[in-house]
Amino acid sequence: MKWDWSAVSDFMPHFWDGLIVTLQALVLGSAISFVLGLVWALLMRVPTRWVTWPVGALTEFIRNTPLLVQLFFLFYVLPEWGVTFSALTTGVFAIGLHYSTYTMQVYRAGIEAVPVGQWEAATALNLPLRRTWTVVILPQAVRRVVPALGNYVISMLKDTPMLMAITVLEMLGEARLFAQQNFQFTEPLTVIGFAFIVISYLASLALRALERRLVH
Amino acid sequence: MHPTDSKPDPRRSTGELIRLEQVTKRFGDHTVLDHLDFSVDAGKHVTLIGPSGSGKTTILRLLMTLLKPDEGTITVDGDQLFPAPEKQVREVRKKIGMVFQQFNLFPNMTVLRNITEAPVTVLGMSKDAAEERARELLELVGLTEHMHKHPSQLSGGQQQRVAIARALAMRPQVLLLDEVTSALDPELVAGVLDVLRDIARSTDITMLCVTHEMNFARDISDQVLMFDSGRIIESGSPEKIFSEPEHDRTREFLSAVL
Repeated sequence: MKWDWSAVSDFMPHFWDGLIVTLQALVLGSAISFVLGLVWALLMRVPTRWVTWPVGALTEFIRNTPLLVQLFFLFYVLPEWGVTFSALTTGVFAIGLHYSTYTMQVYRAGIEAVPVGQWEAATALNLPLRRTWTVVILPQAVRRVVPALGNYVISMLKDTPMLMAITVLEMLGEARLFAQQNFQFTEPLTVIGFAFIVISYLASLALRALERRLVH
Repeated sequence: MHPTDSKPDPRRSTGELIRLEQVTKRFGDHTVLDHLDFSVDAGKHVTLIGPSGSGKTTILRLLMTLLKPDEGTITVDGDQLFPAPEKQVREVRKKIGMVFQQFNLFPNMTVLRNITEAPVTVLGMSKDAAEERARELLELVGLTEHMHKHPSQLSGGQQQRVAIARALAMRPQVLLLDEVTSALDPELVAGVLDVLRDIARSTDITMLCVTHEMNFARDISDQVLMFDSGRIIESGSPEKIFSEPEHDRTREFLSAVL
């Protein structure tokens, strides 16, 4: 096997394109999963089965079917019903939706970990329910779950190559395209491998900094 | 609308403030309170004593609406608290404040914000007025210099004093004190009790107090109620209950705790 630095430099413009797409998918997918997961977690606490049953069934279904199948479904089946989005939009939504079914469990655990005394104090002060959630319960719950959410960000990063299956040219897609056109596999795959490590590492540093800032 | 000085509030009623009628509370098969009747007059300091599990704390929790009775009615200042629609509960509950055994300060807020949050969002006080009031209360509990700290930076005794200030900031007519020194290290108890003695002396607030601090009970109480198995078996002035208890159970209990 021969290492060819000129292949590396030829690949770099494609790499940057792929990196931007990967980061877009990661950041937007994370944002969707964080918001949607919280929505699911809160809906699961609505005291009526008319809400918890459908939400529970839907999220259970999404969590227990493969992300790849969901990607294909959203990308190839939805257009038959007249719903069409770009490949990247579809991919970001699919990842965000898929991971929201995991983050909802993280939020649930975080909410349940807030001591019952906090609810009682809020009642004793007559705080309205909405205010109790927004200034008492959720700030404490979210603080507790940042590390767990961070782990899912890393997982999501490692799942972004699946978007290649629906024609999104993220890092792996760019690397494969370059490899097939130039018959040079080693260099592009090595470059993106390192890129994944570097992104994971930076993301974990950022999350640790966030955790530290949230601790009181 | 919401005076921040400490003049007696003209809205304060005299006479009977709290009334429980035929209140029953069960936990599963266990009946904690059994058709209990009792009332508290405005401005009085009433201490509930008795063995654990006798229903003292349950009464405070019913009054704070943290629990619902299975039967009976609860009235505060002439307005029904139970049974009552949620909207009315919210109104009546404004008259009641509570200090908990475990402090239950909001750890994500500063001391100041812990105290101002409810006056601003529930009573509609301006932020400035609420902070002014909070400063006065922090002075009362001796913690002015800790205003901008978070609860975790304070000792248990300091946290409990903040919790007292937080409850008073809502200008309740009734203050419920649920074993407020039980979770404290022994050397921190006195500071908290001193603050409460001060409040009992200098305000017209009605106090309902569950405690194992018999000296404190003797100092501040107008009336002591001895509970056993969900019933009041004896009541009277602290002098009478502590010096000449009539009931054998009271004598046994007091000799065990004094």
